[in-house]
Amino acid sequence: MSDIVPPEVRPKPAVPAKPFHVAPPNSVPSPQGMGGEGQGSGRGSALLGYIGIDTIIEQMRKKTMKTGFDFNIMVVGQSGLGKSTLVNTLFKSQVSRRSTSWSRDEKFPKTVEIKSVSHVIEEGGVKMKLTVIDTPGFGDQINNENCWEPISKYINEQYEKFLKEEVNIARKKRIPDTRVHCCLYFISPTGHSLRQLDIEFMKHLSRVVNIIPVIAKSDTLTLDEKTEFKQRVRKELEACGIECYPQKEFDEDMEDKSDNDKIREAMPFAVVGSDKEYQASGKRILGRKTPWGVVEVENPNHCEFSLLRDFMIRSHLQDLKEVTHNIHYETYRAKRLNDNGGLHPISSSGQDTQESNL
Amino acid sequence: MTTNIRYKSRLMKSEDSEDKQYVGFATLPNQVHRKSVKKGFDFTLMVAGESGLGKSTLVNSLFLTDLYKDRKLLNAEERINQTVEITKHTVDIEEKGVKLKLTIVDTPGFGDAVNNNECWKPITDYIDQQFEQYFRDESGLNRKNILDNRVHCCLYFIPPFGHGLRPVDVEFMKALHEKVNIVPLISKADCLTPNEVKKLKDRVRDEIERFGIKVYQFPECDSDEEEEFKQMDKELKECTPFAVIGSNTVVEARGQRVRGRLYPWGIVEVENQSHCDFVKLRNILIRSHMHDLKDVTCDVHYENYRALCIQEMTSKLAQDNRTDSPLPILPLPTPDVETERLIKMKDEELKRMQEMLEKMQQQMHEKDQ
Repeated sequence: MSDIVPPEVRPKPAVPAKPFHVAPPNSVPSPQGMGGEGQGSGRGSALLGYIGIDTIIEQMRKKTMKTGFDFNIMVVGQSGLGKSTLVNTLFKSQVSRRSTSWSRDEKFPKTVEIKSVSHVIEEGGVKMKLTVIDTPGFGDQINNENCWEPISKYINEQYEKFLKEEVNIARKKRIPDTRVHCCLYFISPTGHSLRQLDIEFMKHLSRVVNIIPVIAKSDTLTLDEKTEFKQRVRKELEACGIECYPQKEFDEDMEDKSDNDKIREAMPFAVVGSDKEYQASGKRILGRKTPWGVVEVENPNHCEFSLLRDFMIRSHLQDLKEVTHNIHYETYRAKRLNDNGGLHPISSSGQDTQESNL
Repeated sequence: MTTNIRYKSRLMKSEDSEDKQYVGFATLPNQVHRKSVKKGFDFTLMVAGESGLGKSTLVNSLFLTDLYKDRKLLNAEERINQTVEITKHTVDIEEKGVKLKLTIVDTPGFGDAVNNNECWKPITDYIDQQFEQYFRDESGLNRKNILDNRVHCCLYFIPPFGHGLRPVDVEFMKALHEKVNIVPLISKADCLTPNEVKKLKDRVRDEIERFGIKVYQFPECDSDEEEEFKQMDKELKECTPFAVIGSNTVVEARGQRVRGRLYPWGIVEVENQSHCDFVKLRNILIRSHMHDLKDVTCDVHYENYRALCIQEMTSKLAQDNRTDSPLPILPLPTPDVETERLIKMKDEELKRMQEMLEKMQQQMHEKDQ
């Protein structure tokens, strides 16, 4: 479907792209190749016959399908930028409750709250526990100083929870992972440049969590304005030393680097979200109907939603989790262990008095 | 002109009695018209709102000028320490012999910082300053050429991305609704579908009422106006706040060249009434209510300011007990703080010296006795 991000051929437990049971059938790309499944005899190495090492991929796949996996995504941005709609569009189901359905009095919470909602969605036999963490109240007040602190605190709390579980003597077989794997930051489409609040937030959090900036409600920008705006935003991020996902320093090899470079050129993605369907060009598509035309959400000429979806879900979902686990979490862990001069392993009954030593 | 024609027709009828009854002051409006056209008009418009909401584009579209040609957009780093500024651009426009001196007051930096506490203070200070300057000029000796810099109308841009008014919008409008005519607008309306526009307008109207914000109200129609006019007026009132789109680029749509924005999925025409309310706004602002805006500024906002000012001055005078100093019939211009302080000091010194004199006099008196 998308040209920029090549289909994932590396042996990862990828999600085969078949239509959801919720949405009507879309155009289906062929299931991604998943490495040799029982193929590959005589690969030019010194093997004298077929051993069957490569079936490990199939075994891993079976295992993952049984256990399923979790993905935690956080959405941050001012109220009204279409965060919930975009998440619903990304996962093609009502996973996020839209704030217009709240009662009027709840409209602007005085401090930033953290609301997390979990759903289990299934596709092609693979179960995913998707948790969407919303941050209402961010950037909505008159004085928004330090409004990122509750968010930063929440992220660190999740790392702390995981750390505590890890350090237990009798560990659970599968530690529940509530760490934030990805943070979608919504930039307001002013067409000029980033706002101060955007820069402050990203500066404080780009070292703690994977941030993917997106330009919200981008149907208000013409193509020229879009390119100019994206260029300016990229320049500003570079000037401030903010590294968004995918970070340059974590590119493992040349193939990674070239793939990620292509993505970095296209970021931040200018997206439009919608959960309503209309009839256009002969089929039913998701879009927004205006008096001057229908904005098609999945049309790459109209907006970059499909790029974002392919990038986030179809190719880099596992990578997001890995970077969170191997890099961000490890940084946190190292800091904690250094600060306390070593951790005492605690029993799984979790006595509070001992935990206070941590 | 109609009156001359009437006069002529009477001549043709040649009835002398009617000629004697016709005085001729019905030509007064025409005389006023001719004088005003010679003098020219002036209008000061303020635009306020966060950056990136299309204020400059809208102003350029409204007046078909290019006021912001050499503008340099600051990037986010440069804007970190920026405070709200007030900038003025003046342009002289002429149309069919009528001259208009248009002043646009812009407020870059409003609402852009992380901490926007009191970011409307420079704006209220500016408006008060203009009132004060006019007040002084009016009370001065030479009143022939008073420059009227008072702000006649303030267009406030509400972002379309929210669910109604935000706290900063409410606070701004409450700080300014008694000083200037506020016309709220929903900017960049091309990112909303018609349903969303309607919902947002209803929401904003509700909230304006709920918070007690006094935006500019269109004057009621006279009861003897035509039905069609009344209908139009009603529609206009139900359409506020106007959802506008601005554009300076000309695109080709339906075989014509119109001002609009070109998207991959269609073309938005600025002057198409089914696309946005730009035409309505232009009509209100320029074609029908410009004079009313000026009148309301002079008669209501300025008078409020003046009354407040005079009240403060008279209460101050009463406090300082300066009833023996000659009270001017015309109010004095408000003295600034420095001279007030000096005057007070000198007064106290005088009092002290008087007391000392009295004491000495008494002493001498006792000595004598």
